[in-house]
This record gives sequence, structure tokens and C-alpha cells, in this order.
Amino acid sequence: MTEIGLGHYLTLGAIIFSIGIIGIFLNRKNIIVILMSIELILLAVNINLVAFSIFLGDLTGQIFTLFILTVAAAEAAIGLAIIVVYYRNSGTIRVEHIDELKG
Amino acid sequence: MIAHSIFFYTFSIIAIVSAIMVTASKNTVHSVFFLILDFISISCLFIMIGAEFLGMIMLIVYVGAVAVLFLFVVMMLNVAQQKNQWFASEASSKHIPVGLIISTLIFVELIIVIGGWKYKPDLFDINNSLELAKVSNTHSLGQVLYTDYIHVFQISGMILLVAMIGAIVLTFRKRVGVKTQSYIKQISRERSDGVRVLNVESNKGVKIDD
Repeated sequence: MTEIGLGHYLTLGAIIFSIGIIGIFLNRKNIIVILMSIELILLAVNINLVAFSIFLGDLTGQIFTLFILTVAAAEAAIGLAIIVVYYRNSGTIRVEHIDELKG
Repeated sequence: MIAHSIFFYTFSIIAIVSAIMVTASKNTVHSVFFLILDFISISCLFIMIGAEFLGMIMLIVYVGAVAVLFLFVVMMLNVAQQKNQWFASEASSKHIPVGLIISTLIFVELIIVIGGWKYKPDLFDINNSLELAKVSNTHSLGQVLYTDYIHVFQISGMILLVAMIGAIVLTFRKRVGVKTQSYIKQISRERSDGVRVLNVESNKGVKIDD
């Protein structure tokens, strides 16, 4: 139980980032969970920025966290709209069935 | 300081466990709720280390808007019977070692960077502006945001506008066969379209021909 420093917050960010990566790779069933994993990754980035901003005494990190929040909200809205349209057209959102582009 | 440690470990353990549950939960609705729990605990951490404004904004934007949007979509799309099964089929179990290896690699790299990273105390002016400026976090953020970053701020507003229009355009569909009111037809209707004046002779009547 030492003093909580910058390294603790960065480690927390790293752990949540890795969990988000695992979620993207391992969830092959449901594309909404993949979007939620992307939100987790953005959350980890926010933790890093805020921790640096607080411990180095510079407000720029918090400003950029605000902008990341904005972009994350826009991305979630557009992504969910695309999912809704896809579900209307094909009737499923399972990941392994989304291969119409043969990519 | 001991209270700081206790709160940090409590909230971070809650955050990590709920992040694992987001990816591992069988039911998608439960994943959304664990995502909400994750956001709440991280915003508690933000408030604890002094970024109060961002913690509150995280609560409002993520928990109030994004997570509720996720909940709406999950409940609308009938994904309840599509459970997350990691080890169900061969096609999915093929991805498990790849994902584990890549994420472990990234985690180890991040930890190496964090462990090996040392900043000299005189490299930056540590804790100067936030401590010396005797204003609140929100006040100081506003002073920077509306002066130095005003253009970025307006561009982010444009991003939100474009996202809103895009979401509406994507999900909008014109339903056929529904009797609705057409304002253009109503307004552009002329008197000559609807009324005819006829000169009717008495005892003959009028023949309506259409």
C-alpha cells in the first residue's frame, strides 16, 4: 500500500486497454459487444490522459479527454445506426455472418 | 493517503472486474450494465484525483447517453437468443489464442514502458498551474477551452452535428402505404382545383362527369 502515483493509473489504463483488445478478438458472436470493447479502449486512453494531466499539472490532457469523449459519442451513435440498418436488411448481427464483402 | 489508496484499489478492482464481465458476459444486456458500472467507477477515480469536471461529464455523456443508447439498441434488435459463446464452435475457438497472444503482448509492452519510464522532476513544472491557480477545475478548464482551443471546440461541435444528421439519415425510412398528411399538397391547393361554378338550368339538374 504505497502512495498512489502516476504508475498506478497508467497500469489501470493498460489493463483496461488489454481487456478491450481481448474483447474485440474473442467475441465472435455479437457485434454490439465489439462496439462496447471499443468504448473500453477509449476509456483506457482517457484514464491515461487524465492521469498525466493531473500528475504533470498541465490541463491539455483534460481538454483532449473532452474531445475524445465527443468523438466517442459520435462514433457510438453512427455505429449503432449502422448496426440497426444492417439488422433491418439481414435480420442478424452475428459477426460470422457479416462477410458479404468477402474481405 | 491511506484513504486515497483504499479508494483507488476499490474503484480500480471494480473497474477491471466489470470490464472483464463486459467481454465475458453471456447476455448482452448484462454486458451493457457492466459497461455502465465500469464508467461509474472510472468517473469516481477521476473525481478522486481532482478532475471533477471530467468525472461528471463522463457520468452524463457515457452513462446518461451512450450506455442508454446501447441499451435501446440491444433491446430493439432481439439479440437475447444470440448468447455469447466463446468456446461453442471451431470457428470461434480459432481466434482465442491469437487474441490472447496479441493482447498479452500489448499489455506486457505497456507495462515495460510504464515501469521503465521515469521523468525528471525538473523536466516539467510539476503541479504548478493546477495548484497555484486558486480556481476550481471547471473554471480553469473553461479558461483554456474557450481561448486556446476554441477552434477545436467548434470543430467538435460540427462533428456532433454531422453524427446526428448521419444517424438520422441512416435509420430513416419512408414507409409506404401509410395515410399521412401532406402539407405541400394542402398548401398548394388552388380554388380552381376543387370548385367549379356551373350555370344550372332549372328542372334539368346537373350531370357530374367524372
